[in-house]
Parts: sequence; structure tokens; C-alpha cells
Amino acid sequence: MSSRIAVAVTVNGQAISAFVEPRTSLADFLRNDLGLTGTHLGCEMGVCGACLVLLDGKAVHACLMYAVQADGQTVQTVEGLSESRAIADIQQVFHERNALQCGFCTSGMLVTAHEFLSKCQDPSRAEIRDALSGNYCRCTGYEAIVDAIAETARGRADRAGIPSQAEQAAKSDAEETPS
Amino acid sequence: MTGSLGPLDRPNTYIGRSVSRPNAKRLLAGRGRYVTDLQLPRMLHAAFVRSPYAHASIASIDISQAASAPGVHLVATGADLAKLCKPWVGTLDHFSGMKSPPQQPLAVGKVVWAGQPIVAVVADTRAQAEDAAELVVVDFEELETVADIDAARAQGSPLINPEIGGNVSFHLKVESGSIDEAFRAAPAIVESTYLFGRHTAVTLEPRAIIADYDPSEERLTVHHATQTPYQFQDIYSRHYGLREARVRVVAPDIGGSFGMKLHVYHEDMAVVGLSIMTGRPVKFVADRMESFVSDIHARDHRVSARMAIDADGTIRGMDVNDVTAIGAFSSYPRTSVVEGNQVIRLIGAPYRFRNYRADLDVVFQNKVQTSQYRAVGHPIACAVTETLVDHAARNLGLDPFEIRRRNIITQDMYPYTSPTGYKFERLSHEACLEKLYALMDYPRLRREQAALREKGIYRGIGIALFVEITNPSPAFYGVGGARISAQDGAIVKITPSGEVHCLISVGEHGQGTETIIGQIVADQLGVDCEAVRVFTGDTDVTPHGGANWACRGAGIGGETALQAARALKRNVLAVAAAILQARSETLDMRGGQVVDAESGNARIDLAEIARIAYFRSDTLPHDVSPQLTASHHFAPKGFPFAFTNGVQACHVEVDVETGFVEIKKFWVVEDCGRIINPMLVEEQVRGGVVQGLGAAFFEECLYSDNGQLQNGSLADYLVPMAGEMPDIEIAHVETPTRDTELGAKGCGEAGTAAASAAAMNAVNDAISPLGASISQIPMTPQRLLRALGHA
Ligand code: FES
Ligand code: FES
Repeated sequence: MSSRIAVAVTVNGQAISAFVEPRTSLADFLRNDLGLTGTHLGCEMGVCGACLVLLDGKAVHACLMYAVQADGQTVQTVEGLSESRAIADIQQVFHERNALQCGFCTSGMLVTAHEFLSKCQDPSRAEIRDALSGNYCRCTGYEAIVDAIAETARGRADRAGIPSQAEQAAKSDAEETPS
Repeated sequence: MTGSLGPLDRPNTYIGRSVSRPNAKRLLAGRGRYVTDLQLPRMLHAAFVRSPYAHASIASIDISQAASAPGVHLVATGADLAKLCKPWVGTLDHFSGMKSPPQQPLAVGKVVWAGQPIVAVVADTRAQAEDAAELVVVDFEELETVADIDAARAQGSPLINPEIGGNVSFHLKVESGSIDEAFRAAPAIVESTYLFGRHTAVTLEPRAIIADYDPSEERLTVHHATQTPYQFQDIYSRHYGLREARVRVVAPDIGGSFGMKLHVYHEDMAVVGLSIMTGRPVKFVADRMESFVSDIHARDHRVSARMAIDADGTIRGMDVNDVTAIGAFSSYPRTSVVEGNQVIRLIGAPYRFRNYRADLDVVFQNKVQTSQYRAVGHPIACAVTETLVDHAARNLGLDPFEIRRRNIITQDMYPYTSPTGYKFERLSHEACLEKLYALMDYPRLRREQAALREKGIYRGIGIALFVEITNPSPAFYGVGGARISAQDGAIVKITPSGEVHCLISVGEHGQGTETIIGQIVADQLGVDCEAVRVFTGDTDVTPHGGANWACRGAGIGGETALQAARALKRNVLAVAAAILQARSETLDMRGGQVVDAESGNARIDLAEIARIAYFRSDTLPHDVSPQLTASHHFAPKGFPFAFTNGVQACHVEVDVETGFVEIKKFWVVEDCGRIINPMLVEEQVRGGVVQGLGAAFFEECLYSDNGQLQNGSLADYLVPMAGEMPDIEIAHVETPTRDTELGAKGCGEAGTAAASAAAMNAVNDAISPLGASISQIPMTPQRLLRALGHA
């Protein structure tokens, strides 16, 4: 067994210094050492997206990284994003629209949604479905999640006073509905 | 067709409203508590040495190196655990003649599937346990693998279970009417042979368990990601010889289950034994690779079926042969023959023909066990029936809607008994068909299809009627000797501040059980939804019940809650009557207040009643003894099952050059009786449809000839992704069952039941102009190209 290595990482705004085994994944470090169990493990091979966290603001698979690789960087997990209210509107719409069942995929979905909506303000449904291509959900069939992300985007646009493309498109579609 | 409305349909009722799930907020904040997340003081971790062979005898096991590896507390073999654990046998009495060998937690003497656990290593950390497991040396003598269903039944095939004397677990024949005559004179016969691939549940949270045995009290607590904690309390107690009242099974948040998390697994049984041996908590979480080789698989059926039809499209009869491969033994405690049994009993269910014959053969092979997974048997029965109906329609030049209209069981025929003995109280095929026709704008889709075909674009439209088994009575398992409850229990109590607690045996794993139970209790008691807290999933706390299987949470759990809430309301009103010196019949409870029933005027707060009852009972008359806790148990008594029904439609575009299918849109009209929460029903249906579409297009456990799973990882096994799935439009018809006051039936499996059938019909509709057809799922691009003659 190899000896432990020091890591210094800022997790959800808190400076953490710890000694970890080199083979400890970032996900195991967050879950087992820091008790941040909102980050889930569904495949441990970078496929399902249940373990997504933000590393220096970018979504990464915590199952694919070693904790030591996060040294000197900042990590945000679903717990931190919740407490800072950065994703409060997404969470609220997910709740109202029932965009989760068992909730095991949910943290990863929220991280993806958060990153996606920060880059794309007015997404189409196809773009949202595309953005979810690294997130498995076995329960919902995805539609409610797509609805919730679209609804969050609309809500943000409304609050910013921007008319949404999708709304305009839907309107013109309705006007020329074929008989 | 809607039954009498009665007190459930008054204005402001919570029943029928899309209430959001209060418990979902916790999950959204990353505050879920899954078994995977739990860490107990002094907890150890288990890892397993698994068989690399599908069939081998074990010559020797050397654990010496592993036992002295760092952090290791215990290395246990099959022989060690066999001393503690009574073996289990997956047969039931009502499947007469059924055979299956006894099972032990770890392999003893031989292995019968690749992935079977042989040795358990218990260490301080999981990594240490896994490291040490690699040091165990097992000497195998490989045996010939039985992987194919025909080879398994051939003369001279190697026997997987020599003690049984053959590789057939069960045979069943059902026959009704005069099938030979129906076929002899039939103007048209359609037939096909179908292959339904093996697939698996792939819950996003893998199986997880922590067993915590306390020798000082001889008490076992198991934190278990399961749908059926009461069943496991019984099993752990009986197989480990522990007193039942000292065995506690807790099912906290569960990351998906779909039927997969209610079977006995070898590792889970082993973990209980390992905790008894170490006297410490032992945790096991399957990693994804382990899940693929040890979770139950489902389906794996080959069905040959033919249908006799009159010239006007009337179905005369069906003749069916189903061969299904279940792995090396039958699962416990529900068996692995239920799926086949349901396939042959559900075939033809929406239709009124009377001549039917079916043979079922359930065969052993060297693969992991199959058993009940969402919509057990339904997708197979539905696909066989509905594709033959479409086939007949094509041959006769009838529209798929029209041939179904001519054959469905109609409103004047209920109650109706199917040729296989299923009793339908009342279904709504006509209403569902007509609603679907309008919902999908069928004529427009057909016009569009015809226009696009001119341009070489191949779109297809497929519909599929289904009948689903829900609200099972003891006829399902109890009569066969299984200690699986068909009843559920609820305890409803008023807290001293006038709020409400409901403890109920049906469980929550994302479908919204706690929400709908809260709605029912609030509604029936007359309090706000926010005042009700529902608690599930702990055998020390919640009453004994069946919990979650075969779609029973709303129908059986809901009725239990309704009756318990009504009983509690009677008790509350009796106390109120004494306080107010009124007759309790003149009082009612609304919004947490006791009111005058007629005028609606508030008389006294529930909180005030609770205060007096709990703290100032001295002020009440002598003969009044407040009972602010009520309990109720309920089991279905009328029809053995509450059947539901509906119809689904799938719209696809097939790229005939590449074999790729785009699923453009999906529709479902379903009738699950009384709807408690439309949003949650629709989300159950959507999730179910997508699992059905997974089976139709992607999901298959692929094995080599020597019994090795070839695609046992999430990178290789395809599940449906957001980008491939369509929007799913849903409409409802409500035919409440009259067997209960609530009238609810199940809806969790409806989506899965018919999705693959609708998809097969859509694909075949798209490619039939090219003279092609497919009768195998998943319909992969390669298989479609082969069907199209390209390969
Ligand atoms: S657990 Fe990291 S992607 Fe699945
Ligand atoms: S809600 Fe269960 S996996 Fe998405």
C-alpha cells in the first residue's frame, strides 16, 4: 500500500487540507472523507454522469479523477451549489415539474443543467437533450428533465426581460398548423 | 367510463391533484440518504471472489494469503457460511412440478454461472477487501457450458443441476376452447417466431446492503436498498435462525429498483452471515461490473405463435409456444417462472377470442438468474399479440385501429373471464382506442406517411393495446406458500399540535408513494397536505406489509391509508363531539378544523382537540377515551387482481440504408382507475415507456457460447439516453375498481408493458413496403439491415 499524499483543495468555499492515498478518486474523497454524499457513483467509468462536480467552474467526472489531481483547485458539489443558491431556480423547477424520481442521477443532472444554462440562454428541446448526453436517468424517461431545464431558461429570460426564441417559434408554429 | 364519484370527488379534494413530492426537495439538495452513503461505526467492507467460468467444479480454495493481507478481518468460503445459513429453494407450490436446486450464499463445490461469488473477504476498507480478494487462489475444473435453450433440452446435454435430472425447471400447458378446429377452417393464419433478448434493470444506484449484527442482543439490523423490507425481515430471520422481532430491515432512499431489488441475492445473504461472524457492521455495494453479472436479468424468451383469423378480421384463436431460459436455478422467493406464466396467460388479453393453447418451457442454462423486472411478462405477451394483430391487418387490408375495434372485449361483456382464467372487472379498450386516435391525429400521420414514402422516407406508425396486472391478492404468491404479503398496513396518528403522522408499509423509491399517501390521508382526514408526514420502509416502525411489487402502492397502500384515515377521523370527531356536546354525525373535519357538517362553520381546531386529549384528558367526560392513533390493514378481497388497460402508439422513421431508427413521438392512453396524482402517474408512465423502448432498441445482455457476458459495463451495455428518446404524450381514461373505496389501480408497469410492442409495430409498418419484417428485440441497426436484406 502506498503512502498518503497531501492535498489542499477548496471544496464548496472551504479550504481543505488532507492526506489521501494516491488511488483515492475525487468522488470517494468527497463522499467518504468529507461526507459530501450528494455526489453519486453510478458506473465509476465516466459514462453515467451521476458523479459530476464543478472543478474550477467546469463540470468533471469525480469518478475519473484522483483526489490528488484536484490539488490547488476549487470543487463545487451539489451541496455547495445548493447552499450558495446558485442553482435554486433549477432546483425549484425540477421540484415542481417532478424532474426526478429516485434522485440518484439528480446531482449530476443539476450540474449539467447549471453549466449548460450558463452557456446557452435560450436552448431548444433538442439542444437540451443533446446537453444531457452524458447523464443517464433510469427513472424519468428524461422528458420532465428536459421540460424543467427549458422552463428554467424561460424563467431566467423572463426575469431578464428577453423574449425566448422557443416561444416565438412555438407561436409561429401554432399559427401555421396544417389542417 | 367513470364510476360513481362519491366523497372522493368533492371540490378541493387532494385526490386527483398534481401535488409535487415534498421529499424530492431533499434529493435535489444532495441530501438523499442512500445505503451507499451510510457509514456506521466500526463498519467493515466486503468484496467477493467470483467465478471466471460459467460452469466448473471447484477443486480447491486457498485463502491463506488473503487472510493475512493488510486490513483483513475475515475470509469466508461457501462451506463457512453454509454452517450458518439454511439453504433456499426457489419453487412455489402453485407451480406444480417445478424444480430448482437449493442455494447457498457462496458457491459450494461448483459454480454455475460466470460471476457467481465463491469467497468473501471482509476488511477495513473496500480497497483492502478488493486487494485481498485478488490473493485468493481457486482451482477450477471447467465443465461444459450449457448456454443454449435447445442444447439444454437435447438428449445427453450436460446437466447443470444433476440432482434434478434434467435442465427443465417447469412446464405448463394451458388450453381453452377448440384450438385445432379454429385453425383447421381458418381463412387466414399469421405466424411468427420471436426472440426477446435478455436485459437487466440497471438501477442507477447499484445494489447496496449493510448488515449490522449485535451479538449482545442477538439483534440484526439490515440497511438494505430494497423494495420489500418485510419480506427480507422474514428471510433473514428464518434462514439465519434469528428471532423475527429482533431482525430489523430499513430501506432508506433507494436509487431505482424496478423489481430488481426484491430478490434474494447471494452476496446479500452472505453479508448477513459475515456480520454475524464478525459481530460488526459489514457493507457491500455492487460495483457496476458486479451488477451486470449478479443482478437478476429478465426476459430471454423465444416465442412461436400463430393466430387464426376470419376474412372480416375476427380473431378465432391463438396457439403459442414459449421457451424461456432462467439461468442456473430459479430465483427466491418469487421464482423465475412467473414471467413465463404471465406471458402465456396475458397473450391475447385485450381480445375476445375463446380458442387458446399455450405451452411454456422454463429451462436452466449457465447464466445469472432471471426473474421479475418491471412489467413481468407483459412486454412479451403484448408484443406477440399486437404484432400478429398488425400482421393480420396487413394481410387483410384492414387498418390497425379497425381490426382492434372488431376484436376487443367491449363494455357489454364485463365482468369477463379470459381463456386463461384472468377475471377482468372492467376495462376500457374502446374509450382508450378512440382517445388515442384523436390524440395522435392518426389520419394526418397516415397522410404524411404516404406523402413521405413517395420521397423514399420510411416512417412507421405502431399501436399496441395492453392489459396490466395490478393490486395482486394472495393468489399471486401467498397461495404458493411464499411468505410474501398481499396486504398492507397503515398507522395514522395525531401529534399533540394537531399535525398528522402516517406510517405505512408501502415504500418510496422515487415513484411518489409518500406523496400520494399524504394526499389521501389529508383528504380523508380533512387536514392540509402540509400537515401530514408520511414515513415508510422500516420494519421496526412501519406495519407489516407487501410493500412494493406488481403495482400495488396506490391501489392497496392507498386504500389502506384511506381506511386508516377514515377510522382516525371517526375517533377525532367522537372526541370533538364530547368536547362540544354535539352529535359526531353533525360534525366534519376540513382544513384541520372540526366544523359543523352542514354549515361548514368552524367549531374547534384539531390542535385544540389534541391538546385536550393528550394533556387535559381530566377535563373530558369519564366515558370518553381519546384514540388519536388508528391503524388499518387491507388486502384485496374481490377480484384476484385489478387489471388495468390502455393503448400506446409509436411513430418512427427508419433509415433503410443504415438501419438506424429515429423515434419521433410516442403516445399513451392509460386507465389506472382512480388517479390520485396525475403528474406522478404520467411520470411513471413516461419512465416505463423509456425502459420499454430501451428493450426494443438497445438493451441486451450478450453472452458468448461459453457463458461469458460480453457487454457487462455501462460503456458497452446501451441504455436509452435523452437524445434518443421522444416526447411522450399521455391521456387518461378513469375506470375505478369497485373493489375498493379509493378505486385506484397500478400504473408503474403500464409504460413498459406495451412500448416495445408499439415500437415493433411502428418499425414493421415502416419497412413492410420493402417486404421486410423483424420479430426480434432489441431491433439493432444490424438486425434491421439483415431484415432489409442488406447483410
Ligand atoms: S460514476 Fe462517474 S460517470 Fe458514472
Ligand atoms: S431519477 Fe432515478 S436515475 Fe434519474
